Amino acid sequence: MSAARRRGRVAPPWWFTLPALLLFAFVVLVPSARGVYYAFTDWDGLDPDFAFIGLRNFADMFNDADALQAVWHTLLIAVAITVIQNGVGLLLALGVNSMIKTRNLLRVLLFAPVVVTPIVTAYLWRNLLGPDGAVNSLLGAFGLGSWQQDWLGDPDLALWMVVLVVVWQFSGYSMVIFLAGLQSIPREIYEAAAIDGTGAVRRFWSIIRPLLAPAITINLMLSIIGGIKLFDQVYALTGGGPGHATDTISTLIYKDAFTLGEFGYSIALAVVLTAIVAIVSAGQFAVLNRNEQAAS
Amino acid sequence: MNRYTKRTFALEMVMVAVGIVFAFPVYVLVNLAIRQPSDTSSPILPTTSPTFGNFTGAWREAGLGGALINSVLVTTVSVFIVLAVSALAAYPLARSTARWSRGTFLLIMLGLILPFQLASLPLYQTVRDLGLLGSVWSLVLFYAGLQVPFTTFLYVGFLRALPRDFEDAASIDGATPFTTFRYVVLPMLKPITGTALVLNAVAVWNDFFTPLLYLSGSDQQTVPVAVAGFVGQFVSDWNLIFAALLISIVPVLAVYLALQRSIINGFAGGLKG
Repeated sequence: MSAARRRGRVAPPWWFTLPALLLFAFVVLVPSARGVYYAFTDWDGLDPDFAFIGLRNFADMFNDADALQAVWHTLLIAVAITVIQNGVGLLLALGVNSMIKTRNLLRVLLFAPVVVTPIVTAYLWRNLLGPDGAVNSLLGAFGLGSWQQDWLGDPDLALWMVVLVVVWQFSGYSMVIFLAGLQSIPREIYEAAAIDGTGAVRRFWSIIRPLLAPAITINLMLSIIGGIKLFDQVYALTGGGPGHATDTISTLIYKDAFTLGEFGYSIALAVVLTAIVAIVSAGQFAVLNRNEQAAS
Repeated sequence: MNRYTKRTFALEMVMVAVGIVFAFPVYVLVNLAIRQPSDTSSPILPTTSPTFGNFTGAWREAGLGGALINSVLVTTVSVFIVLAVSALAAYPLARSTARWSRGTFLLIMLGLILPFQLASLPLYQTVRDLGLLGSVWSLVLFYAGLQVPFTTFLYVGFLRALPRDFEDAASIDGATPFTTFRYVVLPMLKPITGTALVLNAVAVWNDFFTPLLYLSGSDQQTVPVAVAGFVGQFVSDWNLIFAALLISIVPVLAVYLALQRSIINGFAGGLKG
């Protein structure tokens, strides 16, 4: 101790990590480990007597059309949200990163939905997209009455309506991250390109896009992982319906555990969800990290 | 490109139109919340004879007063705890290169990948066995643990980029590690604490899945579950429901408008490595 003191370098003690570590272990680590164990049992959530059944829960999933469909919906929603939300977010960022007079007002307005409770915005949209809702009224007002329909009641459309609501709410999030990236690009670079007479599209693709790589990385990670875990919006908009047309892994986990009492099976679904998140984040991190390095 | 040209004006018009499209749902929300249930005209037409009756009805029926108090309590206490324990843990994790330090950091970072769905069912059983179901304190405990990985990640990243000269000077002067943390490290962490505060508070305030599990069937509610329960009860009474939604949004938007600069910066900068 005295030797370290003399050098003036006292390493902070390990026990500073204890409070955080204990909370983390109690809430996340131990229950997650127990969850992985329960996934191999027929536990019903109540009965202390349960049997170890090996891989049967996982095997059952392959015979469960609802589960397979939910995995497909989850991936489809995640990819659709990622592509559309980031596309819209980027265009909005380019729009408010200009000389327009309303740029500050628009930034505050477009970001506002991000802080609002998702379950609340989803209930709002459930009404807007209903048969007598504002969306149909608007279509009528614009003479597009033939387009009017029950947007959430159609199994083919409902999934896209979930995507629409998430995109409406979180494009502002992508926008502010892109905007921070755009504003870190020095003005001279734009001006040099403009003087060289490079076209706008070329300018974006060859100059701005590589410099935006860190913002793109963050945005893709955030939106795809958020999309994979999506629960609140589906619960409030459709409850997974009509039928099972919009069930995701998360809504199925909830239903199987709390309405069917199949905790073991439900946790096996959560393990699958964990595996998807882990694979996607590892893969995405590897690819984007390489691109980011190649770009810099 | 620094001049306001015709193209800038065209862009301005397009962006304002986009802004109107984004704001349209909020217009309908307010428009229907102040409308009498007997008024069945189109939802997009401005309400002609507005009423505040929906608000008093929703406030009374949805138990929003108690839910707001619970949400404020849960958010304040759990965010305070998670900031305190994460900042304290980040100090040795960022400064020590010992094997235990790197190991502990990786273990905590594992929590960034684990979706809460995995832990929430076994934890539900533990909370039930402890007799904490239906208590807001179960939520405080839950968020305090759940948000540790992300918050620690922010603090460690920020602290690693800071020089350690001030800490070294303090310890040469004989300060204990805790005194150094409290009076030297913590003040330097102020910018990232702002970011962590914003992101954690929004995450905790808006969470729906956890209180849905832990509080359902009890008279203790947070705002999201109170709203969901209210919608379930008044299925198609949309004027009343919209009034309840609006009441639940107003406090959030008020804080947002008051602190918009720091909140947007928190979201924009929080995840930069």
